[in-house]
Amino acid sequence: MAAARAGRALRAAGGSCCHRCSSSSSSGGGAGPGFRPPPHSRHDWIGPPDRLSNLRPVIFHVPRDESALERRLREARQDAQAWNQRFWAQQNAAFQQEKEEFIYSRLKAKGLAVRDETGQKATLNAEEMADFYKDFLSKNFRKHMHYNRDWYKRNFTITFLMGQVALVRALRWLRWKKKSVGN
Amino acid sequence: MSAARRCSPPRALAGLFIWHLKKTGIRQVPCQFVHLCRVANDRLITFQYFNFLKRMYVTQYNKDLSQRAKPKSDSVASPFRESQQLDQEKKVIHKIIPISPVHQPLSKTSNINELKEMKLAAEIEGSATPLRAESKEERQWKEMKLRLDDLPGILARLSKIKLTALVVCTASAGFAMAPVPFDLTCFLLASLGTGLASCAANSINQFFEVPFDSNMNRTKNRPLVRGQISPLLAVCFAASCGVPGIALLTLGVNPLTGALGAFNIFLYTCCYTPMKRMSIANTWVGAVVGAIPPVMGWTAATGSLDAGALLLGGILYSWQFPHFNALSWGLREDYSRGGYCMMSVTHPGLCRRVALRHCVALIGLSTVAPVLDITTWTFPIISLPINLYISYLGFRFYRDADRSSSRKLFFCSLWHLPMLLLVMFSCKKSLLEKEEKGDLHGGSHGRAMEMRLP
Repeated sequence: MAAARAGRALRAAGGSCCHRCSSSSSSGGGAGPGFRPPPHSRHDWIGPPDRLSNLRPVIFHVPRDESALERRLREARQDAQAWNQRFWAQQNAAFQQEKEEFIYSRLKAKGLAVRDETGQKATLNAEEMADFYKDFLSKNFRKHMHYNRDWYKRNFTITFLMGQVALVRALRWLRWKKKSVGN
Repeated sequence: MSAARRCSPPRALAGLFIWHLKKTGIRQVPCQFVHLCRVANDRLITFQYFNFLKRMYVTQYNKDLSQRAKPKSDSVASPFRESQQLDQEKKVIHKIIPISPVHQPLSKTSNINELKEMKLAAEIEGSATPLRAESKEERQWKEMKLRLDDLPGILARLSKIKLTALVVCTASAGFAMAPVPFDLTCFLLASLGTGLASCAANSINQFFEVPFDSNMNRTKNRPLVRGQISPLLAVCFAASCGVPGIALLTLGVNPLTGALGAFNIFLYTCCYTPMKRMSIANTWVGAVVGAIPPVMGWTAATGSLDAGALLLGGILYSWQFPHFNALSWGLREDYSRGGYCMMSVTHPGLCRRVALRHCVALIGLSTVAPVLDITTWTFPIISLPINLYISYLGFRFYRDADRSSSRKLFFCSLWHLPMLLLVMFSCKKSLLEKEEKGDLHGGSHGRAMEMRLP
């Protein structure tokens, strides 16, 4: 069973080295060193949520006849993906760390051990955590404002580019159809 | 996962919406009502069934409300793997999580050093075998190819079809309560137009919120987050719903309803959605968004915006607060981490006060209904028990400010609204009575007829 799985993994990893594909640059745990899309695939591939950022990494397919417009689109998407990944990985890590510090300091203040008799980690209930949530939100407010503005800009740009690419492809297909009907 | 499968026979609440049960791969006790089911270990599960949709669960795990989709026969998704991941993620909500070493700046406090030692120890105990994890991860990669047979389900989730259905119901209630003879064509056109407008608004909302939805447990299985549909397609779908929807309302019903529909889409997508991350005032804007559909239903029937429309809108407006504030109480962690400005996080006292205030306001608004000649005086009397009950739960929420009281209030609000509207409709003042009294509505009915003719 394990051997079969190992075999499959190796095949998947080694199978498509010659296939041109670009993976997200600083995607942390999500893209992983192992995954390569199969060589015959002409689509992007999306993976499981990244451990740190909860965003799903995308491996973008680079077609052989990629036009300048399509390249711009792909680069914009890769850029946005890397930027998003950085932001959320950092944000979530900071949240976890600060949350643990808060819990630890509160437990210490209460005089409780971090682990109780059964070995379980002690936790605070939601009401006690409320102070932390409020504090965290207000501390990061400005950062979120900047992020929102940038995110909306990127989202619109990418979608607009997608629209342009789709339009160009549709026109190209129509022209090809006309030509083939003419012949 | 296994918890969702186990289910003791549910207690059926007052009949709400009756949906056909869809046979799914997960064995469940067949139920045809929206109901609560109490399972061992204090976990509440609400089931909502639709005959053409995948099932959605609001599950409570570790005292946290979250929602996840379980695709029935989604060939693209592997639900089991994802659910396992979900379960794991859920489990760590209120515990100190053993996370892998994140680069941290050197700190002088003893607290941090002690924490690091503990984390290291936790890591050693908690890691899975690398090979198994890797091949499991590989299976989770999906090709981003749109499959046509998945498209209806994807679009249903994109347009938040259940919420849309609720919005259409409230619009129908507005139509039904209007003091004019019932016109079936107009009713169907208005419902369809409202439904399309709601689909459009919800799709645009999801389009704007992809990275935020990814980070919240409740929303991380949305189609755009999972890459099942491209943003371009989502926008095209929104346009292809919104434009015909508003056109239908403007041309097929009346311009006033069309204008309200367009305004509501604008309010939801361009005001409420961005404001969620900027200020707590978003809740009030969202309440207006929820209040407009019954007003639209009324104007569709009568062609004019009169006191009855505003009253119905007012009832829906007030209802939004206990509903949403109670829901948001359990999502404070996700809101805080995701950067959402919600009262439950920043102004918890205000959150509970406002919820209580509006529960009580519902009683007042129900009393105004007969004054405006919309219903008979039996309406405030019959609706008093349910209004008092929700006010009582609102008071408990205000006083206790804990997870269980917020959950109770939220689930109560789910059945309270349909019941209230049903009671309202059954107590509607009949036209005959009004014509006998020879009051104004006869005249306005004539006016309405004029406005409807092209």
